Amino acid sequence: MDVTEQSSETTASARCTPMTMIQALRSAMDVMLERDSNVVVFGQDVGYFGGVFRCTEGLQKKYGQSRVFDAPISEGGIVGAAVGMGAYGLRAVVEIQFADYFYPASDQIVSEAARLRYRSVGDFTAPITIRMPCGGGIYGGQTHSQSPEAMFTHVCGLRTVMPSNPYDAKGLLIAAIECDDPVIFLEPKRLYNGPFDGHHDSPVIPWSQHRLGAVPEGYYTVALASASVLRPGSELTVLTYGTMVFVAEAAAAEAGIDAEIIDLRSIWPLDLETIVASVRKTGRCVVVHEATRTSGFGAELVALVQEHCFYQLEAPIERVTGWDTPYPHAQEWAYFPGPERVAAGFKRAMQG
Amino acid sequence: MTRHQALHLHVPEPTGRPGRETDFSYLRLSRAGKIRRPPVDTQALATRDLAYGLVRVLDDEGRALGPWASQIDPQLLRRGLAAMMKTRIFDARMLIAQRQKKMSFYMQCLGEEAIAIAHALALAPGDMCFPTYRQQGLLLVREDVDMVEMICQLLSNGRDPLKGRQLPVMYSYKRAGFFSISGNLATQFIQAVGWAMASAIKGDTRIASGWIGDGATAEADFDTALTFAHVYRAPVILNVVNNQWAISTFQGIAGGEGTTFAARGVGCGIASLRVDGNDFLAVHAASQWAAERARSNFGPTLIEWVTYRAGPHSSSDDPGKYRPADDWAHFPLGDPIARLKQHLIAIGAWSEKENEEAQRELEAQVAAAQKEAESHGTLADGHLRSAAEMFQDVYKELPEHLRRQRQELGV
Ligand SMILES: Cc1ncc(C[n+]2csc(CCOP(=O)(O)OP(=O)(O)O)c2C)c(N)n1
Ligand SMILES: [Mg+2]
Repeated sequence: MDVTEQSSETTASARCTPMTMIQALRSAMDVMLERDSNVVVFGQDVGYFGGVFRCTEGLQKKYGQSRVFDAPISEGGIVGAAVGMGAYGLRAVVEIQFADYFYPASDQIVSEAARLRYRSVGDFTAPITIRMPCGGGIYGGQTHSQSPEAMFTHVCGLRTVMPSNPYDAKGLLIAAIECDDPVIFLEPKRLYNGPFDGHHDSPVIPWSQHRLGAVPEGYYTVALASASVLRPGSELTVLTYGTMVFVAEAAAAEAGIDAEIIDLRSIWPLDLETIVASVRKTGRCVVVHEATRTSGFGAELVALVQEHCFYQLEAPIERVTGWDTPYPHAQEWAYFPGPERVAAGFKRAMQG
Repeated sequence: MTRHQALHLHVPEPTGRPGRETDFSYLRLSRAGKIRRPPVDTQALATRDLAYGLVRVLDDEGRALGPWASQIDPQLLRRGLAAMMKTRIFDARMLIAQRQKKMSFYMQCLGEEAIAIAHALALAPGDMCFPTYRQQGLLLVREDVDMVEMICQLLSNGRDPLKGRQLPVMYSYKRAGFFSISGNLATQFIQAVGWAMASAIKGDTRIASGWIGDGATAEADFDTALTFAHVYRAPVILNVVNNQWAISTFQGIAGGEGTTFAARGVGCGIASLRVDGNDFLAVHAASQWAAERARSNFGPTLIEWVTYRAGPHSSSDDPGKYRPADDWAHFPLGDPIARLKQHLIAIGAWSEKENEEAQRELEAQVAAAQKEAESHGTLADGHLRSAAEMFQDVYKELPEHLRRQRQELGV
């Protein structure tokens, strides 16, 4: 699907520039800091230094210390302060340095940000965006590799988003910042600098060589709760997001299967319509995610497909996921659901 | 080499238990008027003595003494007294209504009325409090918050502004500077700091006031709030209501043994005061000092209010199981209502007769409000909000999956 056709986004100013995902995210924050004086950006190392992944580089210099600043190493404090700022009327965009470190902020995310609108009947809201790099494939070991999306999708009141490319990253981040609900914005760090097909021994392809690395310079949004069909196909529907999107694409090509690959982009609330239409068409479905399997978001996807497409299914729904172990360090590539494992899942679904 | 004795674990114990009177000497009181009043731009570290002392204005005879005894309009004091009396009447009636099963739950602030009420009178319009469930006085002191509506919240009836979603007492009144109360302890403390940071970011003049109990100071959010307030010099007042108890555990279990909660503030670089919370004049003066400090951009103040939770923790609690039944009668800081009344009478601004009249009038007011609220239904008679409203406000707009679930429920 061509980027210009993507569902319901606001039309961008035509000028596109090649951007990495990091540059695209920075551009989104830049655009929003410029457009809305109530937007503030803070987190660990994000101010003067510009973030350990450089996503906020230059923003403090441009917008000043009171709008882009460093925070103490306290995830609970960062999110708690953001909730208080939301009550005041600001839109805080905060960075948790790695998704693996959101746990100290759980109470503020789950009990506060997610439920403030509900419990106060809209008297107070928490229009905050919590960015966090997630996923493995960078030899980060168990504390720099987790994909905790299911922890958030289980929480009512949160929106959980995970882009897979620079174009979506910028459009989704702008939509998240503008959204009046709290948004968990997961950034697959293995995709920061280029699309990753799971062949970790191959050289990295930069985003500048990928169509989705062409990003409009100005304001545009990618609608929340809208999936994109990364590759149309007829034989099999692949439901995936984040790091696994290009792995799935490679696996389909290598297995010679005409798979329709759906990049959920928004994990919850999600675009059920696109999913159901595709599975009803292909009759087969494989769910692919990097996170651990048990009670992973894939379980929800399988249940939804089963509820809505049971009579169109020609085979059991397959899941290809990370193993139910902590993310190992040295054995990272045995853990990661690479193209071979994904392709094997596709073949099982085709035979079933 | 020295031989060491076997180690043993220290678990703090209160001096009093059922059948054994409390020795309140652990409170380390100061005499009224004895604690100095520094300028509002004082260095945080220079408040060390204040964090271990106890600011008191009213002495046992009801005289206002010392540097914290400010010129305060007797009219304001009468208003404060009436609000405290109203709050006590309100609490007593609501507790009975809970016993009658008209509401599921209730929490009183018996014995602590002066803190929220005198504090509220020292804040300015637009300031934002982030309270706990024991600061109903912040609302009851205001003329622009309808008591009937508050009782409808307690009764979870058809007029409950929170649509039956929250436990009784978990009010939310943005327009009255009262943040939505959370059931999760301590979360509001860092949020108050965030709100204050926002006010500073926007170049506003409004300040925040965060509230926490002695027990909840053990949560990480307490320390986090202190760190953030200090780091960003946030215009916030950090109130610790030390009412000596957290359900059945006394303040020693929360970390108060041999030190004070105010001292935590000094350790974090925050100006800190320890104040007699049952002394209306001291509460008002200290609150004013902290508000002025915050509004002048000199940063946060932590105030430990020393008081006593005279009633049970909540309508579900029986304190007779863990502390002496007559403990409050021996609490050396007395009853805030009796003390302010004594002072007003001493300065000739109040009389027993006026007090009796006020009491009668307030009782009638609260009773009338209750009657009106109950005419809209109670939890017991099933006049509740529609179940369809359960699905609203989870998100700003109703998402597809919730629309389907609402259909499934058939509402
Ligand atoms: C995070 C959390 N843990 C435990 C509880 C249960 N709980 C409710 S109130 C309370 C005691 C709090 O005592 P304190 O902070 O001293 O406040 P007080 O009730 O005395 O005003 C406890 C343990 C809770 N609501 N939230
Ligand atoms: Mg307490």
